[in-house]
Amino acid sequence: MVNVSATPVLALRGISKRFGAVQALTDVELEVHAGEVVALVGDNGAGKSTLVKTIAGVHPIDEGVIEWDGRTVQINKPHDAQNLGIATVYQDLALCDNIDVVGNLYLGRELQKRGILDEVEMERRSRELLQTLSIRIPSVRIPIASLSGGQRQTVAIARSMLGAPKLVILDEPTAALGVEQTAQVLDLVERLRERGHAVLLISHNMADVKAVADKVAVLRLGRNNGVFEVKTTSQEEIISAITGATDNAVTRRAARSNGEAQK
Amino acid sequence: MSIDKTSATPDDHVVENPEAAAGADVAVDPRLLVRERGFAGYLDEFKRKMRAGDLGSIPVVVGLIVICVIFQSLNSAFLSAENLNNIAVAMVATGMMSVGIIFVLLLGEIDLSVGSVSGVAGAITAVLSVTNGVNEWLSVIIALASGAAIGAIHGFFFARIGAPAFAVTLAGLLFWLGFMLQILGENGTINLDGDGVVGKLTTYYFSDVAAAYGLAVVAVALFFVTSFLDSRRREAAGIPARPLIDIVVRTAILAVVAFAAAIMFNQYKGLPLALLLFVLVLVITDFVLRRTTYGRKIFALGGSVEASRRAGINVTAVRVSVFAIAGFFAAVGGLFWSSKIAAANQSAGAGDLLMNVIAAAVIGGTSLFGGRGRTWNALLGVMVITSIQYGLALEGIATPVQYMITGGVLLATVVIDSITRKTQKTAGRA
Repeated sequence: MVNVSATPVLALRGISKRFGAVQALTDVELEVHAGEVVALVGDNGAGKSTLVKTIAGVHPIDEGVIEWDGRTVQINKPHDAQNLGIATVYQDLALCDNIDVVGNLYLGRELQKRGILDEVEMERRSRELLQTLSIRIPSVRIPIASLSGGQRQTVAIARSMLGAPKLVILDEPTAALGVEQTAQVLDLVERLRERGHAVLLISHNMADVKAVADKVAVLRLGRNNGVFEVKTTSQEEIISAITGATDNAVTRRAARSNGEAQK
Repeated sequence: MSIDKTSATPDDHVVENPEAAAGADVAVDPRLLVRERGFAGYLDEFKRKMRAGDLGSIPVVVGLIVICVIFQSLNSAFLSAENLNNIAVAMVATGMMSVGIIFVLLLGEIDLSVGSVSGVAGAITAVLSVTNGVNEWLSVIIALASGAAIGAIHGFFFARIGAPAFAVTLAGLLFWLGFMLQILGENGTINLDGDGVVGKLTTYYFSDVAAAYGLAVVAVALFFVTSFLDSRRREAAGIPARPLIDIVVRTAILAVVAFAAAIMFNQYKGLPLALLLFVLVLVITDFVLRRTTYGRKIFALGGSVEASRRAGINVTAVRVSVFAIAGFFAAVGGLFWSSKIAAANQSAGAGDLLMNVIAAAVIGGTSLFGGRGRTWNALLGVMVITSIQYGLALEGIATPVQYMITGGVLLATVVIDSITRKTQKTAGRA
């Protein structure tokens, strides 16, 4: 773990969320620091997506406190989250296939000059951005439809970078990708961390989690089921926390004593 | 990389890959589509686009040439200045409505009410100015505003209530047809003053030869200067720019077409006012669609509604405004229609008008699936349809055959659109 600040960028305290009769989240706690990649894992229906949506402002929370840089904040709509500096890259990417890369990067925040789109400046900055993130795509002027899945994912992540966010939430960024493309996206995640962004990575893929995450937060049936240091935790321990195969307290204790032993 | 190699990680590739990716960084990505500078590169790109199914306006331009050749060989009067001039004026009513429809098609939606709305606009103008003695300019403004308002109502039911645009505008088709018949009253026909504002729309010609030539000069110069300045700005910013030879070739093609048209118009009565207005509308709408954030929003909605919503685009507002634009241009078209027959009557906006409007947009190259098209498509499409109508009329071929041929052309276009989409999908460009 590298240069992690004392105050977490984002801290969730006792978050609960209900949908009608379904208690989707119960007393969930989560902390993400700057320059840190936290993986959020859990089985299907564990509440990962719901938790992400509460942070992103899609579903306002019912109970609990969201702290941003140590201050208590209200996130009631996506705009609130964006204003704080939270960028979310959803699994379905939300790119327009018919618009070129530059247009997609700047969609909804186009640069203008006297009311006219400043295509030249947008293209220049897009190239610059893609270059700093070491993203290679055939041309910034081809429609998104011509790009591969991995390239689209990197464009979607690059798009989230434009607002200079403090926290980037990636929802299953490698779910539909091949080996090479997955590696490209994971590289990109590490570059985000190097640049001091806090990253919350939702993933099903243990290999990805072990590869890039510093911490793993496990959700099970809408509750916390342990936060693990990736370096000191075996994959089996995480998996058993996800599936609930092992008693929660024991798992947590094992993780803790394991961590102390390593220090 | 903070990875624990001692842990039981089955996928070691993740560890290996950063090095591999770093190595690949050095070499140029073989997938890069770098266009060679100069003319050879231009041809290469053209061939690549053809293979990828990115045909653009080529099929319709070829179609137009074929139509001209066929009708000219049947009757030498087809390419006469008088006939071409008549086509140029006659196509404007349908063309204006097509511009509005293209906005709606870009969203991936349809507006079936434009025919009826055009009839309403004509009727409102006639009733106000002729029957009630309201100032004709004011009547025209009220008619246009009514068109926009009617479109906005359709848009509201579609965007806000969530009813399918197809059904809402189908209801609109019937309702506004009835509304038009109602306000026209028992008589059914109100004749317009041929020298009035509406009358002049299709009868006024700039008889001074300088008008047509001047327009051609201005158009060509404007095109060259804007392309050249844009290219210079791009070069200054260090991003790929259109080479000068490319700009010169494009300007030359435009110049040939523009001056040929100017010479042709000057051989008859001169530049028609209707065509000038149509070209102005095309320039303005094209600018709005491709150079403003509003236009970008329309394309975004045609590509992915969800992506647009997440990008903070007010989906409802854009949708309502687009239907208002369609209603406005339907009204504009209605005025040109009234001007052509110098009256507002019960048959306005009926018959094959709606079909021709949609057909013109699609024939011109606007996709029915949303997100692809330009307002210039309206010009090309309506030229094809009107040329066929006039060509067949010259031959004395009756309306039934006209319908069948126009239907055939429309089918061919939709087939081309669908095949293009398929090819584009396999080429990854859908």
